[in-house]
Amino acid sequence: MAQFLFNLFAAFTLVCALGVVVNKNAVNAAMCLLLALVGVAGLFVALNAYLLAFLLLLVYAGAVVALFLFIIMLLDTKGEQRPGLKHASLVARLFAAALVGAGLLSFFARSRLPEPALGPASAAVGAELKLYAYQLFTTYLLPVQVIGFLLLAAMLGVIVISKKLDAAEDAP
Amino acid sequence: MSDFFFQLHPVIQGLIKGLAVIAVIFPIAGICSMAERKVSAWIQGRPGPNRAIPFWFAWVPVLGPFLQRLGIFHVMADGGKMLFKEDSLPGHVNKFYFILAPIVAMMPALTTVTAVPFGAYFDPAGRTIPLGLAPVDVGLLAVFAVSSLGVYSLILAGWASNSKYPFLGGVRASAQLISYELSLTLSVIPVFLWINAPGTEGTMSLARAVEFQSQPGFLGGTWFIFLMPVSALVFLISLFAETNRLPFDMAEGEADLVGGFHTEYGAFKWGLFFVAEYSHMLIGSGIFTLLFLGGWNPLPWLSLGQFAALLHVAHLPLAVGVLSIVIFLGKVLAMIFFFMWVRWTVPRFRYDQVMKLGWQKLLPLAIANLLFYAIAIAVIQK
Repeated sequence: MAQFLFNLFAAFTLVCALGVVVNKNAVNAAMCLLLALVGVAGLFVALNAYLLAFLLLLVYAGAVVALFLFIIMLLDTKGEQRPGLKHASLVARLFAAALVGAGLLSFFARSRLPEPALGPASAAVGAELKLYAYQLFTTYLLPVQVIGFLLLAAMLGVIVISKKLDAAEDAP
Repeated sequence: MSDFFFQLHPVIQGLIKGLAVIAVIFPIAGICSMAERKVSAWIQGRPGPNRAIPFWFAWVPVLGPFLQRLGIFHVMADGGKMLFKEDSLPGHVNKFYFILAPIVAMMPALTTVTAVPFGAYFDPAGRTIPLGLAPVDVGLLAVFAVSSLGVYSLILAGWASNSKYPFLGGVRASAQLISYELSLTLSVIPVFLWINAPGTEGTMSLARAVEFQSQPGFLGGTWFIFLMPVSALVFLISLFAETNRLPFDMAEGEADLVGGFHTEYGAFKWGLFFVAEYSHMLIGSGIFTLLFLGGWNPLPWLSLGQFAALLHVAHLPLAVGVLSIVIFLGKVLAMIFFFMWVRWTVPRFRYDQVMKLGWQKLLPLAIANLLFYAIAIAVIQK
């Protein structure tokens, strides 16, 4: 049953992810992204990482994609004809494809996890609140702080760019 | 009877339980719409709906006119009207998303019910067993996660309608709901910091929050609304914003947007939005009751166990279960009344005021509150 559900959600996620890339209508693409995220949450549930599943739903499906839709609606993008490929973008695409290929290759070549010992399975890190929080504040403390700082920098950048410095009414 | 039920396949059991809860929520949501009209009428000093009655019921001497004046039959007429009206589909809409939006509105509203415990009973060993559809350990997180998906119905309805008022409503809704979700989530963290005392298993379970409010002693029996009034206030205000109730009805905005995101909708599709809104209110009130109003405990410092012992029914699981559900539902309905009371008393905000309140007042207040309780709880529970 668990294996079947895992395969089902995996296939669902892949199909939806493909829909995100292929769809010309931006709203359709965003809705496919939403479904793909729900599929990933289902994968987490199948792997007993309940907490992670609901966090994913709460943060990404509940807020991030909603913001995407918000922006799409504000910009009112239609499925327009795409402009032809420029040289720079072609090079960038080839580079990106090469990166993804190298990543997949190294994943298949290197990632041989030792077979997990059968028996009482150890709880997944994403399953329990306490374990998850403990990991977050010990093993992964530095990455979390670095990403937080990055987001702060991005936020400050947005404020600086969007604020009209010469407007009188904006002056404090 | 009960043996027969427990012999069924677990999936069928779950299905029956789920349908039973939906069968309670749906009519309550319908009756709430009537209560809304009656309460608004009483607040504004007018009788409200008091005409509809089936002709044969008018012959019943006292009861007939009484129910007629109460507007009971108006609910049925309203529901019938919703079902039998022509369900027109405007020509300029995106049909797929237009039809999908009301369905998406109902799904999170009914799914969140699974994670909300609505009663409890005591097993022979004296432990409290919460009554609920799915006793998920992530509890509140599941409710927040699923209910946050409700924003898509508003966005999709606004976008798919392909006209200006719904579009504005949809844009407003998406910005408002995301803004207030932050303070909503931050406001409940002190509660879970407090109930996850050192040495206990980490949990986000709502039943655990109620258990914590039904301990003996002065501090143990205190409802969290007295212990954490600022949290309760921030949660309540955010709840009003999240359920799109006045004074935060920016997404609908009858005064300036005709009907907001549902301007183009009619008949049963509109009715689904309506029921979804009331279901959200019911579940939001349920969460507030569980977290801050002691859940199924009848009074502060009087837990369900003590109350059941007073009534000499503590040894009957069924009686205690029904008692707890009645107490819980009573509190939830009182909260619903409070929602309506506020709607017909407080004038609505302008949109910039809504944003200012959310980002510049509520969010800093929630963060300060969290910091204060984090330090206080660390000192007390050391």
